[in-house]
Amino acid sequence: MNIATVFEIALAAVVLGLAIWTIAVPDTYSATVGFIAYGLLVALIWVRLDAVDVALTEAAIGGGLGGVVLLGAAARLRDTEAMTTEGPSLIVRLSAAILSASIAAALAVTILLLPDPAPTLAPAVVANAGATGMTNPVTNVLMAFRGMDTMLEKVVLLLAIVGVWSLASDQAWGGRPGPRHQADPNGVLAFLARLLPPAGIVVGIYILWTGADHPGGAFQGGAVLASMWLLVIMAGLVDTPPVRSRWLRLILVGGPGLFLAVGLGGLCFGAAFLAYPVAFAKPLILSIEVAMLLTIATTLGLLLAGAPERSAER
Amino acid sequence: MSAVTVFGLCAAAAVGLGLYGLIANPQPLRKIIAFNLLGSGVFLLFGIVGRRGAAAGFGNDPVPQALVITGVVVAFSATALAIALLLRLFQIAGSTTLNNRAAAGPRSDPSGH
Repeated sequence: MNIATVFEIALAAVVLGLAIWTIAVPDTYSATVGFIAYGLLVALIWVRLDAVDVALTEAAIGGGLGGVVLLGAAARLRDTEAMTTEGPSLIVRLSAAILSASIAAALAVTILLLPDPAPTLAPAVVANAGATGMTNPVTNVLMAFRGMDTMLEKVVLLLAIVGVWSLASDQAWGGRPGPRHQADPNGVLAFLARLLPPAGIVVGIYILWTGADHPGGAFQGGAVLASMWLLVIMAGLVDTPPVRSRWLRLILVGGPGLFLAVGLGGLCFGAAFLAYPVAFAKPLILSIEVAMLLTIATTLGLLLAGAPERSAER
Repeated sequence: MSAVTVFGLCAAAAVGLGLYGLIANPQPLRKIIAFNLLGSGVFLLFGIVGRRGAAAGFGNDPVPQALVITGVVVAFSATALAIALLLRLFQIAGSTTLNNRAAAGPRSDPSGH
């Protein structure tokens, strides 16, 4: 047993322990913190599985931004915990435990009995990599070979933001999301909110640019930009924009709109929907990614900010 | 036992734990967290299958990786929408219980908006 195996077993044990803690601990706030730690360690598992692109996404979106959403809700709902009703009866708990354990056992047996050699699409990805001019296989799959998935995912993000905004009360309709944050203008938060964004913006754009050939891409870069925006909002340096703002809505539909336009262009002038002409594949994909970076950063930030709570005038 | 097997068993356990939490925990926020745990286990299973399909110089099959990246983002937007619904329920009803009988009390109170 070498040192890497010991590390992997220890990592799996800690992740499993955090998962149990997340489910079993009575206090919701502790469960949320446990889940964030779980998400960050799962990113390490992804690195060990040689999937650095997924590790970046999991750490930035799954652990980071998802954690912020859950923590914010847990903090707001903390007072309601005292009046929580009792849980389901013992029989329901017992049957749930038996059901969950048998599903986990079935999955574990499946993992142990997976066919050998495993089926793989990696050779097909290598064979077609020349069509896009990019060498990061994951970006190739995301933007070209399965571009339809990525485009529809942008639409899902848009639908989620429409859903969140539609929860506003009548007084706050079209207004600014979330509470107005107040922080000590000379405090650490305001200091960091001035210090970090310049570096963070460069890092976010770099992650997008390097995604063509190395791990990275629009999602990961967008998540970094969104977190920088939120930092500035939470420090009270800027306010959230009113959701009726026209430029905001233009940015939100810009990414999926351009993606759809390029896809329809492929249908009119090329072979099929979303078929890029080989000569222009890389510039087209890059321009879609740039538009998507802005859309993703804005959407993620606004999803975190929540439903409009104040009218635009205040 | 290889790394793939160790992490695979971990993913199976995460799915089981998430499912149990989703059914057995009465609080909506805890259900959302448990659902995310379940999803994370499913994503890891994709990673295991992709790792076994390592070929052509890649350490992990890129197609499942791309599917998981899409899945992580969709799971995040669904979580954010669920949280927004929950906070709105709390704003209107004054509590977050999913129990009909318990929720009837605060809703009849006009002070809760």
